[in-house]
Amino acid sequence: MTVTASAELSDLRSFLHGLPGVDKVGVEARAAALATRSIKADSKAAAIDLAIRMVDLTTLEGADTPGKVRALCAKAIRPDPADPACPPVAAICVYPAMAPIAAAALAGSGVHLASVATAFPSGQAPLEVKLADTRDAVAAGADEIDMVISRGAFLAGDYRRVFDEIVAVKQACGDAHLKVILETGELATYDNIRRASWLAMLAGADFIKTSTGKVSVNATLPITLVMLEAVRDFRERHGRIIGVKPAGGIKTTKDAIKYLVLINETVGDEWLHPDRFRFGASSLLNDLLMQRTKLTTGHYAGPDYFTLD
Amino acid sequence: MPKSAKSSAAPATTPSAAVTPGAATTPGAASPAAAPVTAAPLTAAPVRLAVRKTYKLYIGGKFPRSESGRTFVVDGDNVALASRKDARDAVLAARAAQSKWAGATAYNRGQVLYRIAEMIEARRAEFVALGVPDAEVDATIDRWVWYAGWSDKIAQVTGGANPVAGPYLNISAPEPTGVVGIVAPASLLGLVSVIAPAIVTGNTVVVLADAPQIAITLAEVLATSDVPGGVVNLLTGRHPETAPWLASHDDVNALDLTGVTDPELAVEWERAAAGTLKRVIRPSGATDFTADPGLRPMTALLETKTVWHPKGY
Repeated sequence: MTVTASAELSDLRSFLHGLPGVDKVGVEARAAALATRSIKADSKAAAIDLAIRMVDLTTLEGADTPGKVRALCAKAIRPDPADPACPPVAAICVYPAMAPIAAAALAGSGVHLASVATAFPSGQAPLEVKLADTRDAVAAGADEIDMVISRGAFLAGDYRRVFDEIVAVKQACGDAHLKVILETGELATYDNIRRASWLAMLAGADFIKTSTGKVSVNATLPITLVMLEAVRDFRERHGRIIGVKPAGGIKTTKDAIKYLVLINETVGDEWLHPDRFRFGASSLLNDLLMQRTKLTTGHYAGPDYFTLD
Repeated sequence: MPKSAKSSAAPATTPSAAVTPGAATTPGAASPAAAPVTAAPLTAAPVRLAVRKTYKLYIGGKFPRSESGRTFVVDGDNVALASRKDARDAVLAARAAQSKWAGATAYNRGQVLYRIAEMIEARRAEFVALGVPDAEVDATIDRWVWYAGWSDKIAQVTGGANPVAGPYLNISAPEPTGVVGIVAPASLLGLVSVIAPAIVTGNTVVVLADAPQIAITLAEVLATSDVPGGVVNLLTGRHPETAPWLASHDDVNALDLTGVTDPELAVEWERAAAGTLKRVIRPSGATDFTADPGLRPMTALLETKTVWHPKGY
């Protein structure tokens, strides 16, 4: 088991409630201040390429078809067909039912295959169902699993149950990386987000992820800042590096670059790597490609020149 | 109020300019005159400061300052100086508004255009105060009404059923080109003569306007005329700075260079537009805007879609 043995686990509740509270005004002001940073020219070009390499290109719709997933995989491998120098994205993120199709399309490309599991997006299912969901996704070829925590249990204060579920899913993952979705939009307070982050990390998460993208409040800069602080402190305490993945609502290059600034200023450039930080997004990629085209061609690009999905 | 000290320093056109914020930015205006103002006796009646308008851009139905924060002075007024980012934002706004505007019924577009004519009539005095002759305001209003009438007729004149040698129903229908970048002429009538034909056919426009006060006053007319935000976007500033970005922009479908006076610049921008196969309108020689424009300004910004439909047996 990857969980660090420590006193924290014996009394989870006291530990989580003993975490210092988050200064709401402070964290929002800090995030807003960092968001004003201007990145230009060569740094911007580098930031755009890095952001493309960090994208988890996502399609999580009821209307997903094998054709759409295959098209998305082709785009993941070669985002800009007109420019071979454009790097591939980090991963494709699909429902488990679509994982076999995506696995076949991505074979040998180096692009990871992430699948949501554990009764995504609500997480309201029995543990056996969640574990079976996870095992199916891994068997279908997913090497990254995006699980949701039971927000109901977390909000009810049943931390032990949430913890045990993550541990069990982590075991079901085998070698696959586990991203734990906190669904911060439903946790209501920054204190809860800090607690949930620690809970997930103690239970063995490889990544902590903000949202499913299915609720009204998705990833925001302050929420991501709180989570980045948590991974920074966790590493100091336990020596293990955890990744962060904001998801949902990040649509523009400008937004993406704000996150990169936030990483650099909070946890340092060690996290400026696709193994440590991901963007869960779909429309973001096209905007990154348009900005990239602007820099390479010298004129503004239009959406007509890029695929819809 | 010791006016004499200040008014000599400020190159203002109106007497009230000496005490306006705009004049304070003029070099030399701040120096010796400041002291006498503060030294005025407390018992004197308060001096009313004129509230002068800053002419801002018109993008997406709003009046933002330039993203760059820059302004320039035209006839004593502060006017926003648009940057290429403003041009890009305007294209985004125009694109966002395009499908809905094109999808509105022709009747509805005509009503909106007619409403613009009404609103210009109501603001006639404002245009006259900016130096537009009464006759030109008349012509401008008539031009809007003329184009408003074409909204539900142009498709009948330029489209229709085609006779074909086969069992098909063959129909041609005009469709808007999309987002049109316009370098507009300086006069009010000229400005309206390039905007109206573009929007009546369902296009949305990004206009680089000369005569900024007139253009932005027209924008205020548009903003109060039920024209959806983003259908017309007006930028003021130096065209050589912004026009090349519109000309080369992938998301602009046509470029109207009617207002370009320097033929070399027109050639340069036409060349930049060629990279994306834009339609370019570049009249040879000066245009007489008082003459009957004919259908050409409208048809130049329409694409013909022809549909072949098998006839049943």
